[in-house]
Amino acid sequence: MDWVIEARDLKKTYKMGEIEVHALRGVSFKIARGEVVSIMGPSGSGKSTMMNTLGCLDRPTSGEYILDGESVGEMNDDQLASVRNRKVGFVFQSFNLLSRLTALGNVELPLRYAGIVEGRRERAQAALEAVGLKDRMSHRPYELSGGQQQRVAVARSLVNNPAIIMADEPTGNLDSKVGKEIMSLLLNLNKERGTTLIIVTHDPKIAEQTERVIRLRDGELDLSDEEGKK
Amino acid sequence: MSIAQAIFEALESLNGNKMRSGLTVLGIVIGVAAVIAMLAVGNGAQASITGSISSIGTNLLFVFSGSMGGGPPGAETGRSGNNDRPLTLSDAEAIADPFAAPSVELVAPAIQGSGLMTFSGETTSTSISGVTPTYFTVRNMELAEGELINEEHLLGRMSVVVLGPDTAVNLFGHADGVVGETVRIEGQPFRVIGVLVPQGGGAFGSEDDSAYIPFTTAQARLIKRATREEVDVIFVQATSADTVPSASEEISNIIRTRHRTPIGYDDFTVFTQQDFLSTFETITGVLTIFLGGIAGISLLVGGIGIMNIMLVSVTERTREIGLRKALGARKRDILLQFLTESSLLSLIGGIIGIMFGWFIAFVVGRVAIATGNNFVPIVGTDAIILSTSFSAIIGLFFGIYPASRAANLEPVEALRYE
Repeated sequence: MDWVIEARDLKKTYKMGEIEVHALRGVSFKIARGEVVSIMGPSGSGKSTMMNTLGCLDRPTSGEYILDGESVGEMNDDQLASVRNRKVGFVFQSFNLLSRLTALGNVELPLRYAGIVEGRRERAQAALEAVGLKDRMSHRPYELSGGQQQRVAVARSLVNNPAIIMADEPTGNLDSKVGKEIMSLLLNLNKERGTTLIIVTHDPKIAEQTERVIRLRDGELDLSDEEGKK
Repeated sequence: MSIAQAIFEALESLNGNKMRSGLTVLGIVIGVAAVIAMLAVGNGAQASITGSISSIGTNLLFVFSGSMGGGPPGAETGRSGNNDRPLTLSDAEAIADPFAAPSVELVAPAIQGSGLMTFSGETTSTSISGVTPTYFTVRNMELAEGELINEEHLLGRMSVVVLGPDTAVNLFGHADGVVGETVRIEGQPFRVIGVLVPQGGGAFGSEDDSAYIPFTTAQARLIKRATREEVDVIFVQATSADTVPSASEEISNIIRTRHRTPIGYDDFTVFTQQDFLSTFETITGVLTIFLGGIAGISLLVGGIGIMNIMLVSVTERTREIGLRKALGARKRDILLQFLTESSLLSLIGGIIGIMFGWFIAFVVGRVAIATGNNFVPIVGTDAIILSTSFSAIIGLFFGIYPASRAANLEPVEALRYE
């Protein structure tokens, strides 16, 4: 198999004052390229920590994490930034668009940090077209509806052709109709482009639409469900 | 990201909060404008003072009694209580000896005091000098009408007076047609024999508000000194501007011998016009630094304003920073972004401040001219370079802390920030 994510015995410990919090207690799993996976779990289960670690926003305390062939555990901050830029696209619950920039400007941001100048605008335009916002490119976020804003965020996440797209409750701030549209957009992009899609959610209806569910409970994989074993 | 991009983004961001950016810039504008204006005023004052000293004449020397450099070895400092001997007419005659002092052209001893002058109810207080005929030549003073003090007046101890133009105006309301009138100086009648041409402001106030009477008359009747020989100042004209240093040396040697001063200590001081220039340059230099320093403090306060606003901005934009980091911004990208913003703030402030400071200096100059002062503020390139670089450095310096705080934010923490 062509694994895009290999996690071996990931542990993450925080210090909150005097108390050590074990957010992840040794988690191992693999995700194949092109797979659509959801990560579920109640709050406090280590779900967010898992997303931060998989998205290279944070390093595991111990264990090995290989993303698209690169071992992330030992990287410094700038190397991590580079990996995020090249290999990870983020879609957040609250869209996280910069209100000063137009839709196009927002989508261009990852390309700017990648140092791409030539063809930047065209690539950003192509990404916005792919999410169906061809005629909204020069609008600023406050001129767009929630669903449109999330589409801009999706376009931003895929403009760098990342190995994985991390979506953190992507429909959480949207009504159910618009949420469905965003979900089908993400799933379609996965089919068309083969980009691995990881959705962090607590909504079973969302999880149902994914090929596999990784369940977390108290910082460990919850294997009571068959699907988690793969 | 390239610098051009960073500048563009910073402008966009500053533009997004016009009011705040404007007020922050204002702090720097005021600081830079104050520095520019103050230095301009200081430089202008220096130029006007040195200019008026130069107008005295470049080959003029002054000899005063008393030392500039402390007392003799083992003695108390200051004039009282030591053996300083006053300058005398004989000293002046010795200096005038062409063999002992070949560099000396003319010598004019004088005693100086002040007194009340009255003319038909008008009273004015003015400085009164007892002078010899050479005085007017040495001081480059020209006659507007009448005659100057001559040997005959001197020998006869005559009660005649030559008036400065301002004094004449003070007494008579006009400077022409006053020759032949009789004025009273300290109650004694003096006949006006001449009025001088205006010279403009001098180093010791205006020389135009003065009255000149024969040396012997002053000595006998107005300005009493311990001995009949004693003089206050000896004005000396050197043969040319180039011989001023040698004239100074010759005068010193003559008086040292005559006064039998201890080695290494002079009980008199020879001042050249160059000495005056450097003294006043020192004074105005200190003044300029003082003014500039006070203005610099306001620039510093402006810089702290930048830091304050940048810190607020970093806190406010924590989520933005987190997002940018998630999208692949490295530490130096964030650092560059915030440093560019703070530098732009101070640079814009600096440019506006230079123009504003220039304007203030211009207005001050206009006011000075309108009030009759011969004073033109000078905006120097050095002041512009100084304040521009200073404000840029302030922008960088006060931007570094907020920017590094932004750059070192943990992406996870920053994204979670509400």
